[in-house]
Amino acid sequence: MSEYLVEFNNISKFFGKVIALKDVTMKVKKGEIMCLLGDNGAGKSTLIKTLSGVHKPDEGEIIVEGENTIFDSPKDALDMGIATVYQDLALVPLMSVTRNFFMGREPQKGFPFLKTFDIEKANKIAADRMGQIGIDVRDPSQAVGTMSGGERQCLAISRAIYFGAKVLILDEPTSALGVHQASVVLKYIVKAASQGLAVILITHNVHHAYPVGNSFTVLNRGKSLGTYTKEKLSREKLLGMMAGGEELDKLEVELKEMNRLNS
Amino acid sequence: MSEKSKSISSKKNFIKDERLQKISKLKVLLNRPELGALGGSILVFIFFGIVAGDTGMFSAYGMLNFLDVSANLGIIAIAAAMLMIGGEFDLSIGSMIGFAGICIAIPAIYWGWPLWLSIVFALAMAVLIGYFNGILVVKTGLPSFIVTLAMLFILRGATLAITRLITGRTQVPGLRVLIENDPIAWIFATDTFKWLFAWLGSMKLIELRTDGTPLATGIPPSVIWFIAFTIFATWILMKTKYGNWIFASGGDKVGATNVGVPVGKVKISLFIGTAVASTIFACIQVLDAGSADTMRGTLKELEAIAAAVVGGCLLTGGYGSAIGAAFGALIFGTVSMGIFYTDVDTDWFKVFLGAMMLIAVVFNNYIRKKVTESK
Repeated sequence: MSEYLVEFNNISKFFGKVIALKDVTMKVKKGEIMCLLGDNGAGKSTLIKTLSGVHKPDEGEIIVEGENTIFDSPKDALDMGIATVYQDLALVPLMSVTRNFFMGREPQKGFPFLKTFDIEKANKIAADRMGQIGIDVRDPSQAVGTMSGGERQCLAISRAIYFGAKVLILDEPTSALGVHQASVVLKYIVKAASQGLAVILITHNVHHAYPVGNSFTVLNRGKSLGTYTKEKLSREKLLGMMAGGEELDKLEVELKEMNRLNS
Repeated sequence: MSEKSKSISSKKNFIKDERLQKISKLKVLLNRPELGALGGSILVFIFFGIVAGDTGMFSAYGMLNFLDVSANLGIIAIAAAMLMIGGEFDLSIGSMIGFAGICIAIPAIYWGWPLWLSIVFALAMAVLIGYFNGILVVKTGLPSFIVTLAMLFILRGATLAITRLITGRTQVPGLRVLIENDPIAWIFATDTFKWLFAWLGSMKLIELRTDGTPLATGIPPSVIWFIAFTIFATWILMKTKYGNWIFASGGDKVGATNVGVPVGKVKISLFIGTAVASTIFACIQVLDAGSADTMRGTLKELEAIAAAVVGGCLLTGGYGSAIGAAFGALIFGTVSMGIFYTDVDTDWFKVFLGAMMLIAVVFNNYIRKKVTESK
């Protein structure tokens, strides 16, 4: 078996004449956190949707645990253990923690044709799972709306892990959070990876990505600027790549030129 | 569960947060959606107890009277509440009632069908129309408000046109004689617990007619259906996975879809639910009156939605309860009948109804904020 849990090789995606992604390659090992960075419009969303089975790639291959795979739907990806936690988290604020945790996959008990939602068991599992990541949910029947942003993010991640994720794709998990909340979430992500999950962390925040990531892929205008391991990439260089360093350099030269001509 | 997730669960570091207060049972109760309607019902009963306590409103006969009205409304209000929790409206409930009425009456009277077959036919039509409503809303993505508003006109118009075409008039009488010996009709037309009322009468505990038989003869079928509906709907919502899907579909359609809830199917089934409830309402009323009227059920959709809202359902979906809707219906029924026992001019009923709804919506809005804010 390949050393990578999942490989995305030379993925391209076109929408009509628009080239959304071109030749993007990404590989993630077990226990590794791979950060996907890119500015707005770099193609992060398209790439996530391709990875999670919403879009089919027009070119390239997806290899899961050594096997070439095609995802026809998000469910296919989920069945292979590739779980995506979207920015909206798929949590309903008015519903309880338990009801959210098991939404769509409720444990049941009772006789065939007269099965009931085993809410006691569900409550126990949900409270237990949240407890493991250090979140005391007080009462698992309280509405998710009463939780903080970080707690919600952890709930969504913890749910994905409970339901058998091997590869966790996290879409901007820290973007809406304060410093403290973000660090709680990042700590949990590191912990999940250390237990053997492969994590793809999508973000535009280098300060959140750099401390936790093992390798970094930078997307720019639909193309990958390459994947670098942490040893080979300083935070400054990563920041430069993210900010579109070359373009800013060019801009600087142009401005100097303008100033010179004006004076 | 995969091996990896198990290994995560092996680490325990549960930390009690000492800053958190224990949430009292009372507070949990206060967060239930039906609380407002329950409180409202108690207030209404206290009010009429004081104003009309000695008028016979709370005699067995009087109580059955307002319970019957409440129960009829309750049957459709509960179905409407479930649909609202699922995030949609059905404005065609009233028209469906009229349509179901003639679906029972015309085959039974004009085509010579046995009554039970007409009832089955009406129920089948309800499933079809509910399915059509649902699939239109789900497939087009249009607001159900518009789709079912169109259906409100279409069904009412068709009811009138078909009835006039076949019978030459707008009412179809003559059903009462068919109820006897019918294998199904009795479940919509039989008063129950007659022995209890006979006994109460013989003990002179309830009002009697001049011939010595009790004035109130039994529990009307609507009340039994209403209670059964309330229990069934509450069981579905609270105790089954389908109930969880209803809340999820109404709370966040996209999120629910992402985690594998079949949102489309859930919504379609709820539309079928309101159409079938309307038909059961029609069965009870048509068999009780012995005739079908093309205008039957007019404006009932709004009363049903109003009862659901008073009962704690949010217009935006994802929140509410069947018990709440049942109490909402009880409030309406009690006031609409109770007002006759007071000195208040009955013209004021609708004013009360509107005011009640406004208060309920303001209250619910406040509750929703309470529920979703951090504690």
